Amino acid sequence: MKINDIPVIETDVLVIGGGTAGPMAAVTAKEQDPGLNVMLLEKANVKRSGAISMGMDGLNNAVVPGHATPEQYVKEITIANDGIVHQPALMAYATRSFPMIEKLDSWGVHFQKDETGDYDMKKVHHLGTYVLPMPEGHNVKKILYRRLRRNRVQIENRYTATRLLKDPDGKIAGMIGVNTRTAEPIIIRAKAVIMATGAAGRLGLPTSGYLFGTYENPANNGDGHAMAYHAGADLANLECFQVNPLLKDYNGPACAYVTGPLGGFTANAFGERFIECDYWSGQMMLEFFKELESGTGPVFLKLDHLAEETIQEIETVLHTNERPTRGRFHEGRDVNYRQRMVEMHISEVGFCSGHSASGVWTDETGATTVPGLYCAGDMASVAHNYMLGAFVYGQICGESAVEFVKSRSEPELDEDFIIRELERIQAPMKRADGIPPEQMEYKVRRLVNDYLQPPKVTKKMEIGLERILAVREDVPQLCARDPHELLRAMEVQSIIDCAEMAARASLYRTESRWGLYHYRVDFPDQDDGEWFYHSRLFKDEDGQMASGKRPIADYLVSLGEEKDAYRKMRVQKAANE
Amino acid sequence: MPIANHHSSVPVIVDEDKCIADKGCTVCIDVCPLDVLWINEETGKAHMKYDECWYCMPCEADCPTDAVTVNIPYLLR
Repeated sequence: MKINDIPVIETDVLVIGGGTAGPMAAVTAKEQDPGLNVMLLEKANVKRSGAISMGMDGLNNAVVPGHATPEQYVKEITIANDGIVHQPALMAYATRSFPMIEKLDSWGVHFQKDETGDYDMKKVHHLGTYVLPMPEGHNVKKILYRRLRRNRVQIENRYTATRLLKDPDGKIAGMIGVNTRTAEPIIIRAKAVIMATGAAGRLGLPTSGYLFGTYENPANNGDGHAMAYHAGADLANLECFQVNPLLKDYNGPACAYVTGPLGGFTANAFGERFIECDYWSGQMMLEFFKELESGTGPVFLKLDHLAEETIQEIETVLHTNERPTRGRFHEGRDVNYRQRMVEMHISEVGFCSGHSASGVWTDETGATTVPGLYCAGDMASVAHNYMLGAFVYGQICGESAVEFVKSRSEPELDEDFIIRELERIQAPMKRADGIPPEQMEYKVRRLVNDYLQPPKVTKKMEIGLERILAVREDVPQLCARDPHELLRAMEVQSIIDCAEMAARASLYRTESRWGLYHYRVDFPDQDDGEWFYHSRLFKDEDGQMASGKRPIADYLVSLGEEKDAYRKMRVQKAANE
Repeated sequence: MPIANHHSSVPVIVDEDKCIADKGCTVCIDVCPLDVLWINEETGKAHMKYDECWYCMPCEADCPTDAVTVNIPYLLR
């Protein structure tokens, strides 16, 4: 079959995004049924793509028998996320967490073990013990790549997806996209699609002003969020922004999960501890933000009290793993962990369920509200999912997709839709002059910072929304000189979608929740009577962006007397001080 | 609307004496998540064509001849 002379590629299961969750989903689908055609499409190259391109220095949320139970984990994350979670999805993660660690271990991913051979678990969370260091975690991507080859997953690098396709029944039918080096379009018909396109990390503008100096890998710009929205899928709790504590300007993690267990901590300008727990939560970020803005600010990572060998251990991990240029950054400024504290700051805002809870709505089977469309990793709505959650939900989605395609006949394609999308893809390169994508992106992301960054104020957000919609009016003027700029031109359209979603979702929830993530100055209190719901964001029947409420599923684990533990983040001063 | 050329100093440096891109090597170009490294058509060597760097380091770590250095982008330095 051909549409506009473009051959349609056929596959059973299509995975979009080759970072962490995507390869696991693709490998799982092939393990389940080696006879299926499984295609993995990646905007960059699966060898080094995604959030963990240089590996990872630890598991932040590992549920290991003897150290924690799935029930304890579900309870802790529910409390850390102010009650707004889908506990069945957290429980599915928690029960599969340990088998996944063992699977990765058998594949050659090294986790830290103690002298008895047991996993060397560390306590960083407020209540339980869930952090497992992996000082040799720099090779994760190589190990995943080997598995993809061994299981004969068909890999297509340097293609970016631009829209999902649906059949007349509303089931998923495939996708359309474009090659990032040749600008050649690609049309794929698929019986099931798994999206794992990562966070929406290019939403806010880093304080450095450098567009690509984001906390997230900037290839993760929210394409998946935008595509899911346009395909009619529900998104959830988008107002629960991601805001992280980072090394100022470098904008990478400091990283409390590595340094905390070794004695490092987050301190104010006087070297004093002000938060009881360095686990990333909205409540912790609110205390961080208050200290930053106070007379005892700014905030620092304090390591200068530690022994030489401890500092060497920290340097080895931080300067070889995850974000290895950290060492080079400190060197350039003559900053040495031994001599002085390192200045920290807060990141730009984004959508990322890895650290917060916003994303495309997914249940405990990885299913979205579009039949046949599954989501995993930082773009899916399962709270505090981190890297291990991406692996577990990649696996769950792989299994669910294989089950779905069993009874699925060849989907029918909507040719008119495809032709219109081809026109949208080709438009920027047909224009000789206009607005380059870089300028449009800078403008919309600067507006996100000015008007949507918490503390959130209603009138400011309304102005922000108006200004973002005005940028959308400029999209017909977008121009691209080459295929690379075309990639950026397609990305900026997703960024505009995400910015509008961020504004509307934030305006919808008229309360404050999740500490700094959704701190509304004019609605300062948490209102469980009105807002003990997931917020929904979706495209309504008229094609308009709409909001609504989704009830919280019955809890599997009750919270008991620890329910307010994350409200007591600030270190209490002694009365005689 | 007319468009101006905009100059910027880029963070990734390729040592052209060491780079073997002209012999067919494309390792750094392949692994860049932002696709900013391209062959310089005048020299046949790899170079950073777009100032869109995450200073993440696969290009440097995977280069078979140690030709690539990733610096911190000037705005962050």
